[in-house]
Amino acid sequence: MRAFDYHQAVGSEQAIERAMRREQARYLGGGTNLVDLMRETIEGPAMLIDVSNLARDIEESESGGLFIGAGVTNAELAADPRVRRQYPGLSRAILCGASAQIRNRATVAGNLLQRTRCAYFYDIGAHCNKREPGNGCDAQEGFHRYHAILGTSSSCLATHPSDMAVAMVALEARVHLRGRDGERVIALTELYREPGERPDLETVLTAEELIVAVELPPLPMAASSEYRKVRDRASYAFALLSVASMLELDGATIKQVRLALGGVGTRPWRAWKAEAALRGRPANAATFEAAIDAELAAARPQSDNAFKVQLARRVVISELNQRLAQARQGGEAS
Amino acid sequence: MQWTINGQIRQAEVDFRTSLLDLLREQFQLSGTKKGCNQGACGACTVLLDGQRINACLTLAVQVQGRSITTIEGLASGEALHPVQAAFIEHDGFQCGYCTPGQICSAVGLAGELARGWPSAVTADLAADDIAFDRLELRERLSGNLCRCGAYNGIVDAVAASLGQEAGA
Repeated sequence: MRAFDYHQAVGSEQAIERAMRREQARYLGGGTNLVDLMRETIEGPAMLIDVSNLARDIEESESGGLFIGAGVTNAELAADPRVRRQYPGLSRAILCGASAQIRNRATVAGNLLQRTRCAYFYDIGAHCNKREPGNGCDAQEGFHRYHAILGTSSSCLATHPSDMAVAMVALEARVHLRGRDGERVIALTELYREPGERPDLETVLTAEELIVAVELPPLPMAASSEYRKVRDRASYAFALLSVASMLELDGATIKQVRLALGGVGTRPWRAWKAEAALRGRPANAATFEAAIDAELAAARPQSDNAFKVQLARRVVISELNQRLAQARQGGEAS
Repeated sequence: MQWTINGQIRQAEVDFRTSLLDLLREQFQLSGTKKGCNQGACGACTVLLDGQRINACLTLAVQVQGRSITTIEGLASGEALHPVQAAFIEHDGFQCGYCTPGQICSAVGLAGELARGWPSAVTADLAADDIAFDRLELRERLSGNLCRCGAYNGIVDAVAASLGQEAGA
């Protein structure tokens, strides 16, 4: 591991000032990904600015949503009674990620900014455009069972590994950023870039910009949101595919729907095309099939992950049927 | 730098690169905490930070300055074993023993999470206040600790017994 300086920040303004004064500074949350990457020499910051003690609260926002401090741990967020009642799909997504030990350390912002677990990215002996632009991508001709089918390029097939972020893009989470020019707020879906020719550029953050909070807008149908993860073992494994979903009916018609996919995209994948094909249509099998087919039309599978097209199709249809059954039950109850 | 380790204030000057795991083992000779994968995958290095279970290998010692750390050496009261330690012996919760300190610290952390009503990925109703937990819940909650001997059935029996539960379900 390369030697580095360490500074424990006492406030976000001061952390940002420090980051502006120092080349190759990195913010440190729980360290569950960054420390590992530093040990593997994939990351080598000259300075760590520890922000894990900042922004540790979850508050109700004026609009009735939740305002989540960037330093809240994954475990605290998943266990929060308001999250469990209003956004259970987010709790489930977080609890499907990593292990209890890691969730106790990992922060919300750190989870959003974790790096891919692509084996070629992690292997400094392999070619990787994400580590070194223009270096080539050994995943293209390699083992791609765990790689993406959506949003890929000839430069990169790596998936974004977060479960939490998949649930959050379905909830239209907004990210509060603070930098040298003050604060700005962006949609979480706008935080991530597709790899294109520069897979090393993963987000729209500027060098010193700090995530200070994630805001969840109020969304009544999110009270019946869910998250389903398919993986190679029952627990503590990254997703082959995951689905965040929620649905609201108006009679037999789909009034509102949110759908996002993990394990198949180069970024947390909001299924905009599928949602457009569901909204305002009759809630039935034909609609569900047409919707997921619309989303997967752009899929570019490789030999080892071609199964993900069928897998995504089946699991999304199954999840939509379950949300439909729940919505009908809810309608009868009220 | 200073930490409270197993109730005692301990001091050391270490490089910022030093993990909590290496601090415990190499500075304080607390070798009960094991180094398995050193990348957060196996759980052999599990310790309690202010009562919560964490991977000591992924934590820099400098990050947890001033905080309270409990290792396997700090669980027993004199000659009296911690109930989880006693349950592991009673229920054959180990074979070679290398993962055991991490398993036991993890189980102690798990008990605290259950007492706080924290749900898991397999909890059917996440909004419920009371978590009815069974063998499936325990296995899910222990998935961050690997055992290459495959002593999992004994481990789950031991943890269930230490929680005062029958692990039949």
